[in-house]
Amino acid sequence: MASMNGAIIQVNNVKKSYYRASIEIPVLRNISLAVPDGEFLALMGPSGSGKTTLLNLVAGIDRPDAGEVNVGGINIAALGESELAQWRSRHVGFIFQFYNLLPVLTAYENVELPLLLTKLPKKEKKEHVEFAMNLVGLSDRKENRPSQLSGGQQQRVAIARAIVTDPTIIVADEPTGDLDKISAAEVMMLLNRLNTEFKKTIVMVTHDQRAAEKAHKVLHLDKGDLEPEVRS
Amino acid sequence: MSVFRMIFKNTLRHPLRNFLTMLGIAVAVSAFGLLRTVLTSWDAAIEVAAVDRLVTRDAVSFIFPMPLAYAEKIEKVKGIETLCFFNWFQGVYKDKQNFFPRMAVQPDRVFSVYPEYILSPTELEAFEKERKACVIGESIAQQFNLKLGDQMTIEGDIYPGNWDFIIRGIYKRRDEKVDGTQMFFHWDYLNERMNQVAPGRANQIGWIVAKLSPGANPAAVADEIDNQFKNSSTETKSETERSFNQSFFESYSAIFTAIRIVSVLIIGIILLVLGNTMIMSTRERTQEYAMLKTLGFSGQNLISFIAGESILLSFIGAMIGIVLLYLLVQVVSAVVPKQFFPVFFIAPSTYIITFSAAVALGFLAALQPVMTTLKTRIVDGLRFIG
Ligand SMILES: Nc1ncnc2c1ncn2[C@@H]1O[C@H](COP(=O)(O)OP(=O)(O)OP(=O)(O)O)[C@@H](O)[C@H]1O
Ligand SMILES: [Mg+2]
Repeated sequence: MASMNGAIIQVNNVKKSYYRASIEIPVLRNISLAVPDGEFLALMGPSGSGKTTLLNLVAGIDRPDAGEVNVGGINIAALGESELAQWRSRHVGFIFQFYNLLPVLTAYENVELPLLLTKLPKKEKKEHVEFAMNLVGLSDRKENRPSQLSGGQQQRVAIARAIVTDPTIIVADEPTGDLDKISAAEVMMLLNRLNTEFKKTIVMVTHDQRAAEKAHKVLHLDKGDLEPEVRS
Repeated sequence: MSVFRMIFKNTLRHPLRNFLTMLGIAVAVSAFGLLRTVLTSWDAAIEVAAVDRLVTRDAVSFIFPMPLAYAEKIEKVKGIETLCFFNWFQGVYKDKQNFFPRMAVQPDRVFSVYPEYILSPTELEAFEKERKACVIGESIAQQFNLKLGDQMTIEGDIYPGNWDFIIRGIYKRRDEKVDGTQMFFHWDYLNERMNQVAPGRANQIGWIVAKLSPGANPAAVADEIDNQFKNSSTETKSETERSFNQSFFESYSAIFTAIRIVSVLIIGIILLVLGNTMIMSTRERTQEYAMLKTLGFSGQNLISFIAGESILLSFIGAMIGIVLLYLLVQVVSAVVPKQFFPVFFIAPSTYIITFSAAVALGFLAALQPVMTTLKTRIVDGLRFIG
């Protein structure tokens, strides 16, 4: 498949079902997808269509029933549990709809969290954290806890946490889903900047048409099948 | 930031809940420690009793006296270095509440038989010389603020009448396990009065404590003593001080068993209190732990977060508990009768057992939360709604 060369993410014939009371619920039927390095991809589709499921497979927090998921040349579905965890900590930055910050930690400590798993010297850790907090424009809110920040600010802290390890790809599941218009626009601008300025590959699930417009490419997931969006 | 700091911050998350949990642990730990202190103090009372001293008493009961002549006969038994006879005097000093043992003894012998009661030679000499002299233990002197030369009047009950004494010696304890609450006075003083007022009760002794010569076989000497008085109207029973104490305490073995059972129950309560808190906290944090796993935190990391918090809670609880225990023991030792607990103190093993139990329980209480957290798949954890 020469056309897929240069793709940083390659999903080949992936199938995924969930089971509820031993009844199979097929979510992804036979999905293939290639995301070139530096892409900013938006996944759209109705609720329950399997967007989060697909994103989770790409990010290595779940495994396909069949098929392959290659990221940066590694078939992550073949990795063992702890190898996969290590792989995630190095290669994936996560942004969630509800930010998922630790409420007991300050903004600074939340951003620092992924670095606990690295062997970086203290000084470098500090530089990384400060760079990331600076980038999201929250250098003055380091000592605040999540509860003392607005939703938009919390999501920016989460973005700083996602980039602090300089990951290969960034996955975002409805990053603006819980935000007002202005905060959502700020978050999208940030993601756009990460993509254009820092050349990060981003896969983003969204329901938000405005958010999707910032992406280079929009794919639609419906009833377990993937279709490119027809842009008007 | 470090793993320890994470644990610490998590522990401070529900200050009231965790404070109450620690307080619960503290109360349970102090109760556990108090019960153990009862047991170890009882053991100490047995341990402190010598194996090189024989106690000879009436074979039927401790309360029946023996003829004075027995002392002379027993003294001649081979293997006995020296002996001293005693009469239980009891009486009331100022108030019935002021209980401490008061005994009529042979003043020139009692301190040879009991070298753990230390009396200076000058005080000993003064005690021997004067008929109404007495010696009290340092604990009693302290408790009633008595000093050398003070007058003590005891109202007799077993031996009626008012009895005047003058303090000529205050003995020190060789170590803290030694009883510092005894009062000794001249047996002759008692016997004289008995000769006058109740001649039938004169020339009788309560019990004899004999110090064995080095190398003497206690069982053989005891047999020889008791054989001498076989088939007489007053048979004797001799045994080492330690087995004497043991047989006294054996009659309380049901209480000891009860105390041990309650101790185990208390440990169970700690486990429930702490386990409940940990299960609640971990359940609330299902999403957070799923997020940490997502970021790449390993099972080991999560174990140290959860078990670390649990152990920290139980450890701090145990520390507060030990402080409570210390205060409790001060109070209890001031009010318990000294005849049961000549010494009442927290044994070092109690500290060790309490703290290691706290750490072990902290770990145990974390087991269920740890298992659940490790088992939960990330995708389910992230979707978890509390
Ligand atoms: N961990 C799971 N266990 C059982 N069923 C699941 C699980 N995750 C997803 N599902 C089911 O799989 C289907 C697809 O879910 P998914 O979360 O991928 O949808 P989605 O497109 O992200 O929807 P939404 O827009 O509402 O977030 C749904 O029917 C959902 O109920
Ligand atoms: Mg979703």
